[in-house]
Amino acid sequence: MPSLKALRSRIASVKSTQKITSAMKMVAASRLRRAQTQAEAARPYAQRMERMLASLAANVAGSPTAPRLLVGNGRDKVHLLVVVTADRGLAGAFNSSVGRTARSLARRLESEGKTVKLLPIGRKGRDLLRREMNDRLVGFFSFAGSKTVGFASAQEVAGKIIAMQAADEFDVCTLVFNRFASVISQVPTEVQLIPTPLPPQQETEPTQGARAVYEFEPDEETILARLLPQNLAIQVYRALLENAAGFYGAQMTAMDNATRNAGDMIKRYTQNYNRARQAAITKELIEIISGAEAV
Amino acid sequence: MPVDLEIVSPEKLLLSRPVDMVVLPAAEGELGVMVNHAPMIVLLRGGTIRLYEGANVIDRLFVSGGFAEVTPARVTVLADEATPVAQVSRAEGDRRLAAAEADYAAADKMDVAALDAAMDRMQSARAMIEAAPAG
Repeated sequence: MPSLKALRSRIASVKSTQKITSAMKMVAASRLRRAQTQAEAARPYAQRMERMLASLAANVAGSPTAPRLLVGNGRDKVHLLVVVTADRGLAGAFNSSVGRTARSLARRLESEGKTVKLLPIGRKGRDLLRREMNDRLVGFFSFAGSKTVGFASAQEVAGKIIAMQAADEFDVCTLVFNRFASVISQVPTEVQLIPTPLPPQQETEPTQGARAVYEFEPDEETILARLLPQNLAIQVYRALLENAAGFYGAQMTAMDNATRNAGDMIKRYTQNYNRARQAAITKELIEIISGAEAV
Repeated sequence: MPVDLEIVSPEKLLLSRPVDMVVLPAAEGELGVMVNHAPMIVLLRGGTIRLYEGANVIDRLFVSGGFAEVTPARVTVLADEATPVAQVSRAEGDRRLAAAEADYAAADKMDVAALDAAMDRMQSARAMIEAAPAG
């Protein structure tokens, strides 16, 4: 049995850890709220964008001059995976689950004879992928400096993806990120960016009837040429926002567990400490009594 | 009967209210929209969106570019960036104009897409300077 002094210092150290984890939980909770509000604020634009894109793309998709951002370059050989993770850890399995998804996707594609390139966003993702697939990394983004996710960051990433496509460096681009399902659950998700998957046309719906009669000014292709890069940026932006909200959710859960665990440990150590203290007292008493009896 | 106007930027919903008429800075000239307009999707250049109630302008917003979707009952503006005219900064406009002109000068003269993009940015910056309150 450890000495009383050792136990006391153990308890003190666990207590200070508990203070830190519960403070981190509080901070994560407030940042989570902010991230969620931001994600909600971004939703209307994304929805309207999707609606416009659907009505535009339906008119253009069939034509041979359709923009490459929409239909890709017709090949399916080189895959670019954009992997979104957080910049920091202490959030349970949050980062590693995205890393695992990205790695297994990469392995599956490679076993099909395709080439994989990886573009991590966020320091943790880079560290995870660098260990095994360092030769496939083609770049890296980190927005650790800014407190909230800005649309400009997403545009930067989208710009890089567009430049890479213009240089014919990949055929298909897929985004891997943690979708924010709820505070305690983040689901690693894959979304194909290029070629753009089109929402299914449901022409039977009465509301869709109005869609076909849109007039376009200047014309479909000019608008699409502007809309597609913007749509790409929006998709990245959404992933960044979901990632931020998911990260704080995961961190909050992880820190809550850590705090509770520390509480259990303190309880156990305190019990051990009290037992040891009583044993010492009993021992002393026995010594005194047996000394007195001997006299 | 008023038409519902919505102005959204990627980061948030900026404005949602009924107006009698809205004038949009469309790529091919200004476009006034009232209720029961034919459905359209238009590209916007940099310029000022004007909101009308009766014959009076009740609000002006500067947009640096974007899209608008017009349906008989609703106008949705997807702005790249939108600012109330009172808050537009002339200095920022000057800075953007200088940056766009530098890009134009640096761009390959055969690369029509790059030249067009720089021209669009120059036009948007000029509109911003124009929209900025005097002084």
